[in-house]
Amino acid sequence: MGFFLYSKNGQLILAVLAFLAVLAALLLLATAVDRVRGRKQTFLMAAVFGGPALLLLAVGLIYPAIRTMWMSFMDKRSDEFVGFDNYAYLFHDGLQALGNSLLWVVLVPLGSTVIGLVYSVLIDKSRFEKVAKSLLFLPMAISFVGAGIIWKFVYEYRGAAQDQIGLLNALITQLGFEPVRFLQDAPWNTVFLIVVMVWIQAGFAMVVLSAAIKAVPTDIIEAAKLDGANAWQLFTRITIPSIRPSLVVVLTTICIATLKVFDITQTMTGAEFKTQVLANEMYDWSFTYGDNGIGSAMAVVIFLLVVPVVIYNVRQMNKNKAVR
Amino acid sequence: MTTITMRRAGASIAGGLVAVLALAGCAGDDLGGGSGDKGGTGGGEPSADCAPYEDYGTFDGETVTISSTIEGTEGEMLEQSWADFANCTGITIEHNPSNDFESQIFVQVEGGNAPDLAIFPQPGLLGRMVEGDYLKPLGDDALAAAQANYGEDWLSYGQIDGTQYGIPIQGSAKSFVWYSPSVFEENGYEIPTTWDEMMALTDQISADHGSDSVKPWCSGIESGGATGWPATDFMEDMVLREAGPDVYDQWVSHEIPFDDPQIVASLERAGSILQNEDYVNGGIGDSRSIATTPWADAGLQVLDGNCFLFRAASFFEAQLPEGTNVGPDGDIFAFYLPADTADEKPLLIAGDYLAPFSDSPAVQAFEAYMASPEWANTRMEIGGMVSPNSGADATKASSDVLRLTIDLFQDEDATARFDGSDLMPSQVGAGSFWSELTNWIDGQESAEEALAKVESSWP
Repeated sequence: MGFFLYSKNGQLILAVLAFLAVLAALLLLATAVDRVRGRKQTFLMAAVFGGPALLLLAVGLIYPAIRTMWMSFMDKRSDEFVGFDNYAYLFHDGLQALGNSLLWVVLVPLGSTVIGLVYSVLIDKSRFEKVAKSLLFLPMAISFVGAGIIWKFVYEYRGAAQDQIGLLNALITQLGFEPVRFLQDAPWNTVFLIVVMVWIQAGFAMVVLSAAIKAVPTDIIEAAKLDGANAWQLFTRITIPSIRPSLVVVLTTICIATLKVFDITQTMTGAEFKTQVLANEMYDWSFTYGDNGIGSAMAVVIFLLVVPVVIYNVRQMNKNKAVR
Repeated sequence: MTTITMRRAGASIAGGLVAVLALAGCAGDDLGGGSGDKGGTGGGEPSADCAPYEDYGTFDGETVTISSTIEGTEGEMLEQSWADFANCTGITIEHNPSNDFESQIFVQVEGGNAPDLAIFPQPGLLGRMVEGDYLKPLGDDALAAAQANYGEDWLSYGQIDGTQYGIPIQGSAKSFVWYSPSVFEENGYEIPTTWDEMMALTDQISADHGSDSVKPWCSGIESGGATGWPATDFMEDMVLREAGPDVYDQWVSHEIPFDDPQIVASLERAGSILQNEDYVNGGIGDSRSIATTPWADAGLQVLDGNCFLFRAASFFEAQLPEGTNVGPDGDIFAFYLPADTADEKPLLIAGDYLAPFSDSPAVQAFEAYMASPEWANTRMEIGGMVSPNSGADATKASSDVLRLTIDLFQDEDATARFDGSDLMPSQVGAGSFWSELTNWIDGQESAEEALAKVESSWP
């Protein structure tokens, strides 16, 4: 038994065997249900195939969500009820993180979408479209931590008397200016961190919006041209209204991703120099300081901020389906 | 219909098995090092070599599990160090290293899945474990061995309310200044033995070599999510020198306020180097650049001749490029960060503590072995570490820096004090203390303001 419980190979085999056993049990159950005839069959089939998924959702999503809310009203070891103390702390000492997160949530979706939209309009039907698209899309393949490290090198600062090793400061000093502390001077350092996220997300916006632009019916465009619309009017009166549903989905999806971001601040500034964000502070409290109360309270706040965006996003997607 | 379902089930099970085999193959590669060692040494047959282990008894078929943070090559060296003991006593030792040990161990222990022993990198965690009544005191033999082989300073950090739970199995010294012996020789500089001599040397270097890009000192405190820790180490060394070990103890245990005037003076002493634009930051920039420079990168400036002095722990050696000549006559080496007089020797230390969750005879025998000088020397011979065991043989250490470290560990006049940030509550020791010293270096706050903020964050 020791082999299965204590060695990594054993644990792995045990885990896979358990998985196979559950799978086999489900398949056998499904076979059994298959023999049942009559009205009951539909219900039983739904239970056999939908049940495990619902169970996993309940265990993996709903229960933790309720427990996190419960813990956010308890003390650090979840022993005693403390009411709204954790939230009071958050709105007293966590304002920096809240303010920065707000800035992130406004600037990242806007920046990524605008860049993605303009880019896809500019390259639409050009000869280099595929190459140009791949170029902007490439950063999507890089993890946030990887992107953080890359940009940390780009922003690297050395004193004016030294050789600059950061790309941007090398350019700036070549032009005869003083080197800039991109990551150290608040409040602009937060903006420079936001640039990294925009760099990652613009590709996503571009791909979705480019597809939407191509789906705009040509007859509307031709009709507008016949009516004498110029390029700008075509863009604002035809393209934008036609791709509005996709725009909303892109904006909200990036918005949700942004609220969760903590890897970029963690790797680039360690959340120092007034760059703290909510998700990072939640991580610190829960895992570094071992205070489940305040950590959970932050998680709940992020959750509450995300919920309206998710609802809006889902409703918009349903609407899109209805249109099609 | 039925047969189709069954056939599909068969196919998916077969597919699953292929996946199992493939995964097992991968996992086997990872663990190969550990299990290979055990197989290699004698295959469990007692031989003449087993004589030194006779006193520990034999425990055929028993298994002892250990969790730790010690991964990779270092983990393999650790496993190798007890392989003979395992063979001779018949104990199977399962070592489970993990890089998120600190959070995992609580989950394991509170879930009733505690290992038999764990190696704690922060003695502060021991307190939280004893609070929950999870740890067991050391067995009698292990306790006797620990008391015979370790100094009181070291043992005290494995004690809670007078009961010994942990044994320090490896340690590092943090009170070092790295310098270049070859450059010192060229310029005729002497290694300073008092604080004043060191500051006079600093002025001398500044006068001889100081320029916009070359400065006497270099420093960096950036370390990702842990940014600020090198500054806390620097300051703790200053508290030991400015206020002394007794005040240090009171400060760490919060018997005096975090921003006590003596502590403020200590931080200001750190500032007399770290915030003096004539002294820092060689090869990198001004004083504020310390906040964004990765700590080990700063030290590499010593090799480039852009700075002459770099305060860092003994483990900076592992950060040097391969092939660097490290030694008293080499390109880089370390000297003890002096105190106000040459007689005082406060030493800032850190180390790993082995503590048991079980009191079975096999676990107690293993503890006793780990507390013995025999284990310490076996492990040191494998390389890469030093033990604070007083029976450790300095000649067995694998490098000059490690020998220097062990000499300090065994120095009768040295007063060892554990890295305070590891002993404080984690929202201070791994939170506000790091952040506020970063703000202080960044020039956003005075020493008083920074320490007052840490004080107000103390839970």
